[in-house]
Amino acid sequence: MSKKYKNPIAAGHHDLGGSQDFDNAKVNLDDESIDFEDFGARVDALRLVLGAKKIMSVDELRRGVEAIPREEYFQTQYYERWLRSMIYILLEKGLIEAKDIA
Amino acid sequence: MNLQVPVTAPLFKPGDMVRIPLVWPEQKGPCHIRTPAYIRGHSAQIICHFGAFPNPEELAFGKPAQLIHLYHVAVSLSDLWDDDAKQDASLLIEIYEHWLEKLSP
Repeated sequence: MSKKYKNPIAAGHHDLGGSQDFDNAKVNLDDESIDFEDFGARVDALRLVLGAKKIMSVDELRRGVEAIPREEYFQTQYYERWLRSMIYILLEKGLIEAKDIA
Repeated sequence: MNLQVPVTAPLFKPGDMVRIPLVWPEQKGPCHIRTPAYIRGHSAQIICHFGAFPNPEELAFGKPAQLIHLYHVAVSLSDLWDDDAKQDASLLIEIYEHWLEKLSP
């Protein structure tokens, strides 16, 4: 399957549908630098609490993830982006301040 | 404004031909759009109407969201991709009504 893109693509960098840049990128399950469980589970739990308390929606989470600049976006892992988004949205809402994040 | 009721009846019915507009609101600033880039500018056929759901583009800013009609639309794979696309195969995708334009028959 190759790109046809007759149309100019001016999409956000998160909008990867049809992109071939990431084809066949294998995940090394033995890579000890990747924390497959604890970090992601804690970030997910935090998001669930923020959602249950009506502080922040999944749609807001997605906007925050999509606002991460391109370079940073591709240097971070999935749940790192979630955490960055949650910080960004909570700062925006004035619920936390920069000094709260050490 | 009653957010629970769509402002209008559904504009489209199954079988209608539509077009996904070739526009890039994301170039104007942060936003959250559920219509992927690669189908914009393509034509599609309405398969079914799902009902109306809160507009995720407004929910993404924590705003009260208007209910918008949501449809399953089919986009021809051979229209989207150069090769390996079977002539009769299509992509089924959920698209909100404000991302659909009526195509003249």
